Amino acid sequence: MADLISNLALGFGVAFTPVNLLFCLIGALVGTLVGVLPGIGTVATVAMLLPITFGLPPVGALIMLAGIYYGAQYGGSTTSILVNIPGEATSVVTTLDGFQMAQQGRAGPALAIAAIGSFVAGCVATVLIAVLGGPLTKLAQAFGPAEYFSLMVLGLVFAVVLAKGSVLKAIAMIVLGLLLSMVGSDVETGAARMSFGVPDLADGFGFAIVAMGVFGFAEIIRNLDPGTDVNRSLVQRPVTGLMPTRKDLVDAAPAIGRGTALGAILGILPGGGAVIASFAAYTLEKKIARVPSRFGRGAIEGVAAPESANNAAAQTSFIPLLTLGIPPNAVMALMVGAMTIHGIVPGPMVLQNQPELVWGMIASMWIGNVMLLIINLPLVGIWVRLLRVPYRLLFPAIVVLCAIGIYSINNSPVDVVLAGGFGLLGYWLIKQDFEPAPMLLGLVLGPLMEENLRRALMIARGDATVFVTRPLSASLLAVALLLLILAILPSLRRKRDEVFVEPKD
Amino acid sequence: MIGPAAAADYPLRQVTVIVPFAPGGPTDTVARIISAQMAKSLGQKVAIENVVGAGGTLAASLASRAAADGYTLIAGHMGTHAAAVPLYPGLSYHPTRDFEPVALLAGTPIVILARKDFPPKNLEEFAAYVRANTERLNVAHAGIGSVSYVSCLVLHRQLGVKPTGVPFGGMGPAMKALIAGEVDYMCDQIVNAVPHINSGKIKAYAIAMPTRSPSLPNVPTTAEAGLPGFQARAWIAMFAPKGTPPSLVVLLNAAASHALDDRAVRDSLQALGAVIPAPEQRTPQALADLVASEIDRLTPLLWQAANATNGHDQPWK
Repeated sequence: MADLISNLALGFGVAFTPVNLLFCLIGALVGTLVGVLPGIGTVATVAMLLPITFGLPPVGALIMLAGIYYGAQYGGSTTSILVNIPGEATSVVTTLDGFQMAQQGRAGPALAIAAIGSFVAGCVATVLIAVLGGPLTKLAQAFGPAEYFSLMVLGLVFAVVLAKGSVLKAIAMIVLGLLLSMVGSDVETGAARMSFGVPDLADGFGFAIVAMGVFGFAEIIRNLDPGTDVNRSLVQRPVTGLMPTRKDLVDAAPAIGRGTALGAILGILPGGGAVIASFAAYTLEKKIARVPSRFGRGAIEGVAAPESANNAAAQTSFIPLLTLGIPPNAVMALMVGAMTIHGIVPGPMVLQNQPELVWGMIASMWIGNVMLLIINLPLVGIWVRLLRVPYRLLFPAIVVLCAIGIYSINNSPVDVVLAGGFGLLGYWLIKQDFEPAPMLLGLVLGPLMEENLRRALMIARGDATVFVTRPLSASLLAVALLLLILAILPSLRRKRDEVFVEPKD
Repeated sequence: MIGPAAAADYPLRQVTVIVPFAPGGPTDTVARIISAQMAKSLGQKVAIENVVGAGGTLAASLASRAAADGYTLIAGHMGTHAAAVPLYPGLSYHPTRDFEPVALLAGTPIVILARKDFPPKNLEEFAAYVRANTERLNVAHAGIGSVSYVSCLVLHRQLGVKPTGVPFGGMGPAMKALIAGEVDYMCDQIVNAVPHINSGKIKAYAIAMPTRSPSLPNVPTTAEAGLPGFQARAWIAMFAPKGTPPSLVVLLNAAASHALDDRAVRDSLQALGAVIPAPEQRTPQALADLVASEIDRLTPLLWQAANATNGHDQPWK
């Protein structure tokens, strides 16, 4: 404990120098901006800003890059809530209730609760990194390929549970997402699958392309549809209050707590940890809510839980990097690059050899979270005012911004056309009452799931029982099964009731 | 068109170096360190553009079609400019026909690594153990054609074994699996391995080059450890599109070579465990020879792998 305090004191000593505070602020500001602009992802921004950090001292460089990363998690929710376009895979679920709240004139509270939830989660996660970094890494190491596969299965079941309408339709969308994820290079041989010789498809459909299409473009087409006049007037409804009411806070507080806990645990797992965390947090809230039908219709818990979860996960994902030197995602890989360029070889020794670097970064995360809250709460008013921009101006602006964003990812015009295609698909899906969120989850988790399935089977020499003989994997699958039964049960019961009712009639 | 005075004016604007991998990997890091120094001697900005996809061949294909005016270069490597030839039959470029070699930038030696509780104590025991237990062993690699794949393939040919290869998305995840003991051993570039070897999370049997590495002084060479025939390394080199004026190639080569002599650059490359090419290995001709010999070496090895999916024999199980 004394160690912890002296470590944190060292960290805050480093982070509280004026220069490092400035880097932290710049990082947080840029991150928020990046998160708000649809299409321009965190990875691209960190990559673009990497050269600027070469001239900076290593601690300052890392503090700034880290700020961009968690700042983007704050900003990513803004477009989800205001215009139904998730900026990052982790804010897909936020669209479900966040956009509904915006349509009911409650964009302000939704944005504010997202910022507050993120702040609480960020603070808790920072402490967790400091206290539990070591032990948590051991947990992540207990996850082999079989466990990952089972975790992905569980993640996909979350998507079934969170669906508003038919369970069958939700499963259909997940399977469609998985199928779409099959397009692209085979992980082992590198052979192109279902790419029809188009080089732009050689690496499959990017998340941003599909997300912009089925959420952004499709939403715009739907709004232009003469049949949806009702909705349009809804959005134009006066905004009632910018800040959450006392009731909102009371409703959201437990959700923030649960979301933070889930996010912190799942964040340390490399790969889809943060994505699964946001879906898991939403599902949990919906399952334990007294009136689950409120979800998908503007429940504040539906914004608070996933936003807390994704921010907690974003921060705990630093644990494998700091303790093992292994980057759990693309942004962390960039941080490793930044460290090596500064002559720091990332790995288990960094904590011993350069404690001021690691603890300085950890302390800066907490400071960064305070800054983000200060930056984001006043901005809520500005973002909400954006909604008053007439549609004839707002829609073309969104389309152009999205198109630029998509193009900038790979400098590929084909990607923009693909996003247009997904827009049409998304419109059709909305019309047929299919929800696009489960499809997106299938698309994001598909490659990880396939990779780990094949790897687990390969290591087990084709013995499929490995998924149920390893205890951790078996428990994850059991939870998945249980959730699936819980999701299907109500509809089964309804059918059975109908069966019983019929003869009497 | 570029007149004879091109070299005198060059560069008038920013030079772009395409890196065929995501930022953060060894190729990206080496390219960034060297191009930052090249920018100083060229007197212009040198920007890095990461073009990811299809094992780096998307980037190389893009670079081969870029204007041959010296403003677009590519940091190619063993994969894009050698292994890709047998692996991708429909490759839209050829490493020798569509590029002007500029300079070899760095070599990265290969280390034989194993989980920390892998029984053999030295390389000789390792060879015997792998031969005796082939059926049970899992070897990690980063996909067919990757450096890790090719290196262990060469090792297995020499040992006469075919263990099970387990593919990973990259060597980062593979390293995690090795530390956790999910796989038994792998052949990886020294760049990724040094910190984990030094902290005792994994063990290293030998380094596959003629001399020991200063960053791993206790790890013997394959020759010292009794397997002199096993030599393997990856390399990173700079190329320009075919038709780039020779005067510009000379200028760029000088800038790259100059960067490799810079003390700070050497320090950061050596901290990564990379081997800095000697002056005679840095000429465009030396690079042309290297590419040609690597294509000759890898083609018979990888042809089988590339065709395994069509029902031919897999080189590994």
